[in-house]
Amino acid sequence: MNLLRIAGLNLDIHGTPILRDVSLSVDPGQIVGVIGESGSGKSMTAFAVMQLLPNGSAATGRVTLSGHEMLELPERALCKLRGNEVGMVFQEPMTALNPIRSIGQQVAETILIHEDVPKSEAMARAREALNRVELPEDRFPLTRYPHELSGGQRQRVVIAMAIALRPKLLIADEPTTALDVTTQAQILALLTRLVREDGMGMLMITHDLAVVSGMADEIVIMQNGRVVESGPAATLFETMQHPYSKALLAASGHVPDRVDRDGGAPLLEVRGVVRDYRLPRKTLFGAPVVIHAVKGVSFTLERGESLGLVGESGCGKSTLTRAILGLEEVQEGSIRLDGEPVFTGHTANRAVRRRMQVVFQDPYGSFNPRHRVSRLVTEPFHLLDTPPTGAEREAAIDEALISVGLTPADKEKYIHEFSGGQRQRIAIARALIIKPDLIILDEAVSALDVQVRAQILDLLADLSARFGLTYLFISHDLSVVRSITDRVLVMKSGEIVEEGPTERVFDAPRHAYTQELIAAAPKLPEGVA
Amino acid sequence: MLRYTLKRLVSLAISLAIASVVIFLAIEILPGDPAANMLGVNAQEDTLAALRDQLGLNGTPWERYSSWIGGMLTGDFGTSYTYRTPVAEMLGERLWISLPLALYALTMSTLIAFPAGIWAASKRGSVADVTVMGVTQIGVAIPNFWFAMLMVLVFAINLRWFSAGGFAGWDAGFFAAMKSLTLPAIALALPQASILARVMRSSLLDTLSEDFVRTARAKGLTRRQALWRHALRNALIPVLTIIGMQFSFLIAGAIIIENVFFLPGLGRMIFQAISSRDLIVVESAVMLLVFGVIVVNFAVEIAYALVDPRLRAR
Repeated sequence: MNLLRIAGLNLDIHGTPILRDVSLSVDPGQIVGVIGESGSGKSMTAFAVMQLLPNGSAATGRVTLSGHEMLELPERALCKLRGNEVGMVFQEPMTALNPIRSIGQQVAETILIHEDVPKSEAMARAREALNRVELPEDRFPLTRYPHELSGGQRQRVVIAMAIALRPKLLIADEPTTALDVTTQAQILALLTRLVREDGMGMLMITHDLAVVSGMADEIVIMQNGRVVESGPAATLFETMQHPYSKALLAASGHVPDRVDRDGGAPLLEVRGVVRDYRLPRKTLFGAPVVIHAVKGVSFTLERGESLGLVGESGCGKSTLTRAILGLEEVQEGSIRLDGEPVFTGHTANRAVRRRMQVVFQDPYGSFNPRHRVSRLVTEPFHLLDTPPTGAEREAAIDEALISVGLTPADKEKYIHEFSGGQRQRIAIARALIIKPDLIILDEAVSALDVQVRAQILDLLADLSARFGLTYLFISHDLSVVRSITDRVLVMKSGEIVEEGPTERVFDAPRHAYTQELIAAAPKLPEGVA
Repeated sequence: MLRYTLKRLVSLAISLAIASVVIFLAIEILPGDPAANMLGVNAQEDTLAALRDQLGLNGTPWERYSSWIGGMLTGDFGTSYTYRTPVAEMLGERLWISLPLALYALTMSTLIAFPAGIWAASKRGSVADVTVMGVTQIGVAIPNFWFAMLMVLVFAINLRWFSAGGFAGWDAGFFAAMKSLTLPAIALALPQASILARVMRSSLLDTLSEDFVRTARAKGLTRRQALWRHALRNALIPVLTIIGMQFSFLIAGAIIIENVFFLPGLGRMIFQAISSRDLIVVESAVMLLVFGVIVVNFAVEIAYALVDPRLRAR
C-alpha cells in the first residue's frame, strides 16, 4: 500500500484554478522529487497534503496518507496527524523558527502537543532529535535561540522538529534553495540519511533538477498545476517524452553561444583592496570587534572579458562589489577603471561611476513600484552632466528596451505589469542606457526559473557580442558561472583562493576549497544535459 | 541582559540631563518678570530688586541652574512664588491624584484593548473584526472631553452613580477615592484603548502571516494554539511601544480631563502656574513629568528585552 496517494487532486483558490488532476504516490522509504517552476503548483500540492491551504481554497479529489482521507478529516483530526504522521521542512530557514523561543522549546513542542509526557522527557527527546540532525550538545545546547545559528543550522533545527516523532512521511519544500552550495550538499545528505534510517517516505519539492536527480527514487514534473510527466529517476531523463520536460532539462544545462574573444587592454584593476568593518564592542571595556570583509584582493578584468566571482554567503563578494561600484570606501588598495580611480578623496568619482552599471538579484525589490518604466530605465542619466532630453531621451529609452527584447510601448507601463524575467530585462536595459563599459551582474539570474534564466543568459551573451560589454558575474551558482564566463575567481573569507580560465578551474580545481565547492554542487546525470 | 540594562541606564541619565537644560533654557527665555507679577504694576524698583534677590532670580544662569538641579537632587524643589509653599509638597499632593489616575486609565485601556485586538485578529474579516474596527474608529475620533461631559450627564446627573467632579481624597478610603477617579479614567482610557486595540490587531495579523506560525501549524498546533504560543509574544513589541507613549500622554495630557472633573491634579496645577508665571513650579513640575516619561520608556525598553532574546544579547 502506498504511504501517500494523491489521486485526481484539483485545487481552486478564490475560484482561480491552481491544481488540476494531480496524481502521485510515495511509498515508505521512497524519495519522490516534485519539480516545477514557480507557479507550477508544486508547493500547493505539499500544502494540500498537510491541509494547510490558504483561505478560500477548495480541494477535490483524494489525498490518502497512511489510510487517512486528508480532504475529509475535520481540523481536529488533522492537527493530530500534522507533526506526528507527517513532518514538513520549509524553504526559508531564516524565518521558519520563532525568534523568541529557544530551539529546545521549539523541538520539544512537537512532542508535547502530541504525547502526554512530562516536559523533562520531551526536552530529553528534543536533545536526541537535535543530535540526530548533527547539532551536538556541546555547541548547540537546547537553550540556544535561532538568531545565534546560521541558515544551515536553523534548517537542521527545522528538520529536527519535523522528525522528532519519527513521522512516516517528510515533506521538504525547497529545503536548500536559500542555502549555500556546500551547506545544501550537507542538508541533502542529512535528509537522505534520515529517510533511510527511519524508513520514511519523502516528498521533495524543488525547482532544481540537479538537486533531485542525485537523491530521488521517483521524479514528478509539474507545469501549470498539472503533472506532465513522472517516472523512476534512474531512467526518466532518457525516456522523457513531454515537450515541457525536455525544455526544462535543456534549460537546466543551457550554455549560451558566446563569441570567443582575445583578451584586450585592462579595464578594471583592483589592487590590494582591504575593507574592515568595526562591530560594536562585545563587552563594556573590551576592544571593538573588527570584521575583515575583504583582505587584500587583487585582480584585473580585461575589456570585453566575462569574469566570474564565486563564493558563499559572507565571503566578502558583496562588499567587494560595493567597493568597485564606489558605494563603499576601501581602507587600503586601489580600484581603477580604465586607469581612473573609483574614489577621488572621499567621494565617488562620477566620471568613473557612469561607465559601470549593476544588475541585482531581486527583480521584484529593485524597482520603485510607483514609477513608469521610462523613468526607471533612465535613472542612470543622473550620472551624466548633460542628460539627453526630449526626442533624444525617448530614442535612448526605445533603444535600450529594444536591445533587451522588449518593445518601446512598454515604457508607459508600471513594473508590476511584468513577469520576473521581463523585470530582469528592464534592469539590464537600465544598465545599458548610458552605454557603460562594465556591467556588474550581482546574482542577476539567481532568482529566475531555469527557462527564464536560460533566456537571460542568452541575452547577456548576445549583448556582450554586440556592444563589446565587459561583465563581472557574481554568483553562488557554479553551473551558471561556468556557462557564461571566460575566467573565474573563487573567493573565501575575504580572499581570492583560486583564479584561472573557467574551464581549467572547473575541470582541474587546485585549491581545496574550490574542489569542495565543485564536489558539493548538484549535478545532472552524465550525458543528459 | 546586564549590559543592555546598563546601556539603557546610561542613556536614561543623558536624556534627563539634556531635558533639564532644555527646560531651564525655555523658562529663562520666557518673557515676564515673576517679581513684577507678584507685586503688581505699581511696585517700587527697590522692593522688586529685594524680592528678585529673595527668589534667587539674580545670579548668573549657571548659578541658578546648578542650584535648581542641586536642590531637586536633595528633594528641595524650591518655594512657589504665588503660594509661598514648598513646591515639593505641592507636587507630592498632586502626584497622588495624577499618577493613580494615569495608572487606572492605562490598566483599563490595556484590559479593553488586548482582548479586543486579539479577538479581532483571530477572526479577521468576520463580524467581530468589523465591529471592533468600527467601534475603535469611533473611539479614536471622539474628543475625550466631550465624552467626559457626556458621561457626567448620564452617570452623574441622570443616574447619580458617580459625583460630577472633585476628588474625595485618599483619606475617605480607597474605594471612595477610586470611585471619584473612575469617570475621568474612562474618559482618558477610551481613545487610548481604541488606538491600542488597533495596533494590537494589526501587529498580531502581521505576526500570524509569518513563516514560523506556519511552521508551528505544521507541527500540529491548532490555529488558536499557534496564535497564543507563537504569535502573541512576537506581536507585543509594537504594542509595548504604544503603551509607553500612552503613559506619557496620560500623566501630562490629562489637563483637560482634570479641568472637566475639577480634579486637583498635576495638569491643572501646571496650567495655573503658567498663567501666574510661577516659574519655579512650572520648571519643577515639567522636570518631574519628563522624569516620569523617561523612566517609563526605560521600563518599556527593559520589557522589550524580556520579550525578545535578540535584544538581550546586545
